[in-house]
Amino acid sequence: MYCREKSIQMKSSASALLNNLSVLPIAEKCLTYFTVVHCNVVNMVSASGDGLNFSHRQLQSKEGSIAASSSLIIQASWCVLPSRVLLVLTSQKGIQMYKSDGFIMVYWHALDIPETPSAEAVFARGNVAATMLGHYICVGTSSGSVLVFKIPDKGANIILSEVLEEHRDPITDITTETSRSKEYIADMVSADDSGLLCIWKAGEDFKLLNKIPAYGCSCSSIKLWSGIVIAGYGSGQIRLYDALSGVVHAEVNAHARWIYALDNTPELDKLLSGAEDSLVRIWKLSKSPESHSVEHQHTECVTDIQICGAKFCDPEGSAFAVTGYDLCEIIRFTLV
Amino acid sequence: MNDIITTMFNKTFMEELFKPQELYSKKALRTVFDRLAHASIMRLNQASMDKLYDLMTMAFKYQVLLCPRPKDILLVSFNHMDAIKDFIRDSPSIFNQVDEIFRQLIEMYSNLPAGEFQLIRQTLLIFFQDMHIRVSIFLKDKVQNSNGRFVLPTSGPVPYGTQIPGLIRMFSYNGDEMKKCEFPNGGSYTSPLQEGSFDLYGDRILKLGTNMYSVSRPVETHMSGTSKSSASHAKENAAPNPLAKEELNLLARLMGGLEVKKTTGSESGFRVNLFSTDEEEEEAAILRPSELSYQFINIQATQDQQSNEELARIMGEFKEEDPVSLSPCSKGDDLLAMMDGLL
Repeated sequence: MYCREKSIQMKSSASALLNNLSVLPIAEKCLTYFTVVHCNVVNMVSASGDGLNFSHRQLQSKEGSIAASSSLIIQASWCVLPSRVLLVLTSQKGIQMYKSDGFIMVYWHALDIPETPSAEAVFARGNVAATMLGHYICVGTSSGSVLVFKIPDKGANIILSEVLEEHRDPITDITTETSRSKEYIADMVSADDSGLLCIWKAGEDFKLLNKIPAYGCSCSSIKLWSGIVIAGYGSGQIRLYDALSGVVHAEVNAHARWIYALDNTPELDKLLSGAEDSLVRIWKLSKSPESHSVEHQHTECVTDIQICGAKFCDPEGSAFAVTGYDLCEIIRFTLV
Repeated sequence: MNDIITTMFNKTFMEELFKPQELYSKKALRTVFDRLAHASIMRLNQASMDKLYDLMTMAFKYQVLLCPRPKDILLVSFNHMDAIKDFIRDSPSIFNQVDEIFRQLIEMYSNLPAGEFQLIRQTLLIFFQDMHIRVSIFLKDKVQNSNGRFVLPTSGPVPYGTQIPGLIRMFSYNGDEMKKCEFPNGGSYTSPLQEGSFDLYGDRILKLGTNMYSVSRPVETHMSGTSKSSASHAKENAAPNPLAKEELNLLARLMGGLEVKKTTGSESGFRVNLFSTDEEEEEAAILRPSELSYQFINIQATQDQQSNEELARIMGEFKEEDPVSLSPCSKGDDLLAMMDGLL
């Protein structure tokens, strides 16, 4: 099964934020990049394939013309498009997009912030690249809007092409179809704090295909695999739904605390879940003509740490990495 | 106690607190704390004050971190409020004031959705990030490890609204339950307790936020062996904050409303020493690593009070002046004298 490897040290600890780990494997260079958010800074580590060499960078949130901002970063993730990779940072003030090495900012979008402070926080969260049709990056906001940005193959001519307004609560996570097959109609799923899930088809005009109602709990992390929505909730439950019909395929009482991260592999049908209960679990997903099933495969306990990020490090799921609140390490596990 | 509670629940101060605003910086919070601690005839010197503050922050970090569900941070606050009300139950005027604030808390927060509470909790956790000061009572009770991290048990009741992990239910395409499967959950969890009360009176169920000292024990905090991470947190403290001036103005407004307790010559007052002897206290002050010392903001309260209407203009000028002057707590009397000037 999996066993724990030597951790990667970071310059600062991870903040308690949803989905607080993004991993970019670069197969041709034999490198893996990791990003973890700490307050208003993003820790970027690039690790060599042999696991012996690391280089660190810290990227500070920059907003518009202000060189270094103190506004908190809510999420940092790589968005992989056919011709380029962008690092997208979302914060309390807006959305920043950088070239994948984090050095050059190519785009900045300010959120509408009311003149007088209102009782509700303003921020952006939930970044994903929708690549099935065209080149889009979608980012959610605290008002429930999903901003759709059209991204050219190169250059900085990024435009906000559409705003999707189906959610009324802050967006928590957005994901796109992970299977390589083109047979699935649903391209993207967005989730919010009330637990509502919206299923979309990407394109010049994004089309709402279905809405899966909330069952009473905030949905903190979602994945879309072979037309199945996999949702992790604040109650610690994971549910599998059919994206187009909304039928529940499975309910897993997975964790004893709020789920902070989900990830799945496009090959080998594995699912990874991490929660505040300090546990990380691996599940096997399978499809049969009668139903879809979920099987528990493995559990790791990161003692006394509330997990805030969990990601597979490669498409086969032979390794995964985990971050936790107040922890200055990225903990890694590999399949033996 | 009455003095501290009366000062803390002062109407103007509370009105300011209830306004939507960003998290206080560490310096700002420490200054407010000092002010509150000196609102009575109690006196602490720097070393004891630092220790008390460390104790308070680590205790609150523990409470916020260990909350089973995000909404439980409100129950923690209600436990605090219940204890406060108990202290002043014989003083009707301050009791009414505290009661009123309690009602406002209920009104403002009871109906917030869970996601909002999680966001509040995540923001509070940012304040406490990288603080690993060891607290003797926590070490003794085995809720904190020797590395300063709190123990997260994988046992005990699950939060209200959560199921005990271990069950997988699978359904056929037409929605019928088809199969049930169990897996080992890796812990020893039990059913949730009933939900705590969010009313003015009621059983909160949650123990976080209740009196840690209900069994008396000696209290110490350990300075030695604090890890590198504390130093990095302190460095963050010292970095220039462009909003420092705005915060100071806010503090001045807050403190303008706080009454001052004078120690006259005849009153002996009482000095609180959190160490076993006076010598130990002095030694601790000398030995305390400099990066862990809290720097004080000397507030020109009189000046700013006069320019209240100019605050908006001042806040617009984010100049990198040096508003922070270091002034050790033994000059606490100076601060008090300054406050006196406001009355």
